[in-house]
Amino acid sequence: MTIDQATVRKIASLARIAISDAEAAAMEGELNGILGWVEQLGEVDVTGVEPMTAVIPNTLRLRDDVIDADPLTGGNRRDDVLANAPAAMHGFFGVPKVIE
Amino acid sequence: MTDLTNLTVAQIRDGHRAGDFSAVEVAEAFSANVAGAKALNAFIVETPEHALAAAKTADADRAAGTLKPLSGVPIGMKDLFCTDGVQTTAASHMLEGFVPRYESTVSQKLWDAGAGMLGKLNLDQFAMGSSNETSYFGNVISPWKRKDGGNASLAPGGSSGGSSTAIAARLCPAATGTDTGGSIRQPAAFTGISGIKPTYGRCSRWGIVAFASSLDQAGPMARDVRDCAIMLENMAGFDPKDATSLNMAVPNLEAALSSDLKGKTVGIPKEYRLEGIDPDIDAMWDAGIAMLKDAGAAVVEISLPHTKYALPAYYIIAPAEASSNLARYDGVRYGLRALPQGAGLQDMYAATRAEGFGAEVKRRIMIGTYVLSAGFYDAYYTQAQKVRTLIARDFERAFASCDVILAPTAPSAAFGLGEKMADPLSMYLNDVFAVPASLAGLPAMSVPAALNREGLPLGLQIIGKAFDEQGVLNAGLAIEERAGFTARAEKWW
Repeated sequence: MTIDQATVRKIASLARIAISDAEAAAMEGELNGILGWVEQLGEVDVTGVEPMTAVIPNTLRLRDDVIDADPLTGGNRRDDVLANAPAAMHGFFGVPKVIE
Repeated sequence: MTDLTNLTVAQIRDGHRAGDFSAVEVAEAFSANVAGAKALNAFIVETPEHALAAAKTADADRAAGTLKPLSGVPIGMKDLFCTDGVQTTAASHMLEGFVPRYESTVSQKLWDAGAGMLGKLNLDQFAMGSSNETSYFGNVISPWKRKDGGNASLAPGGSSGGSSTAIAARLCPAATGTDTGGSIRQPAAFTGISGIKPTYGRCSRWGIVAFASSLDQAGPMARDVRDCAIMLENMAGFDPKDATSLNMAVPNLEAALSSDLKGKTVGIPKEYRLEGIDPDIDAMWDAGIAMLKDAGAAVVEISLPHTKYALPAYYIIAPAEASSNLARYDGVRYGLRALPQGAGLQDMYAATRAEGFGAEVKRRIMIGTYVLSAGFYDAYYTQAQKVRTLIARDFERAFASCDVILAPTAPSAAFGLGEKMADPLSMYLNDVFAVPASLAGLPAMSVPAALNREGLPLGLQIIGKAFDEQGVLNAGLAIEERAGFTARAEKWW
């Protein structure tokens, strides 16, 4: 299966990455090279094989149902959470206007 | 007086404990080497003050009789680990200027054990690369040169290329690395040092910038096997903040080190004998087999029939997970924001990600987005996850007849910077021997074994059963003792 530049632009749009026409052209060749190579996986007989979900068997744990059970990942860290925001305002993340 | 920067972690720890030197002297000696090695570009941020503060504490602790396991040992921290108050970039423009307000579990454990930080080590951008050429902050240069009279700059391997270069050039005695598909082992092999990727889940991923979460695993890099054992003991351990963290006690790896392999069986995977491979690699492998026999091990041939499908499966699974993990970089909560004139929210996302990610990162996000998209998910992603099951099953079956597996770490010695950048596929192929163990979550290490005809180091890889880091380290030690690898790069920087 090969992809064309229109597909490259569609993927870029899904991935929220702006690309120029020149980049789309370059990426068309690169992505086709990589996708053509991974296609050899199709020749593996996977009849009855389950897709891997956990590489090392593990069970999902539940933490204690306590507020701020972990002081690092609990609440009341607003200033820390906002400290690296490009545009924090009034205790919130600032974004461009979203209602047209 | 001996040059303190030639000492290993164990020698620093023991010498400091015995009062042969102060921790401050050690920290200052390494910081001076760091400051004098700008040409290698191994560090993104230097933190001599952090190393010095830890050293002063270590000296005080010695006087008070309260020494910790790594008191007096300064280390390098791969810039993928979040460090409280110290810029953490993953070598990307996206996170340039990002100063975490928290500490990763692994780095916190190391500081709690008394270690100090010399700085944040350069790497491939978001750990995506095998040559350290994708860093936004410039290439790391290997301290090694080919003995051909030329002066070509060589790749230190990747993604932990800052770590490998810094250790090989004596800028730090040990460093952290992370390994998603060979990112500890391949750079270790390229620079003549040791490194171990433990079993998936041994080291907490909390606070490590995520690449491919089902594969990412932290581990130590150092000059020898003992130092790797010491470091790993102080990095590993259960962490409730990581859902895939193993709830198992950390073994006393250093105390149990033994190069006596009597009663052990070493498997030699026949599928790793690649046609047309560099004869120096095959010769090193054969020498390694002889060394393990000499250490008392029996040697058997094993088969890992799905080996050739490991790399293509990896290059679906890792980009798929990366495309999901890296969705968080949107210009809203942290990191770069690009806001063109009059841009709305969607434009801001796209502009931010176009500007903040490098070419290789974009390539992998694009691949991942494609293989996860409607209509292609089963053909690519589900198929790859099934193949991954088969690869893990290959190892399970092989380990019925052996205790550890011996193979080369990489199919070549270090290549020149720029030699593989034009062709992403040829770069990916450099991880052909490293990726299978990653897909199966198994512990694996690289130890330096020989120099090739160009005078460059080559590494042997030992792959173990899940949770058997001890078996891996012990086989590594048996090779280390017999290979007698003492070569080091001549200082030119």
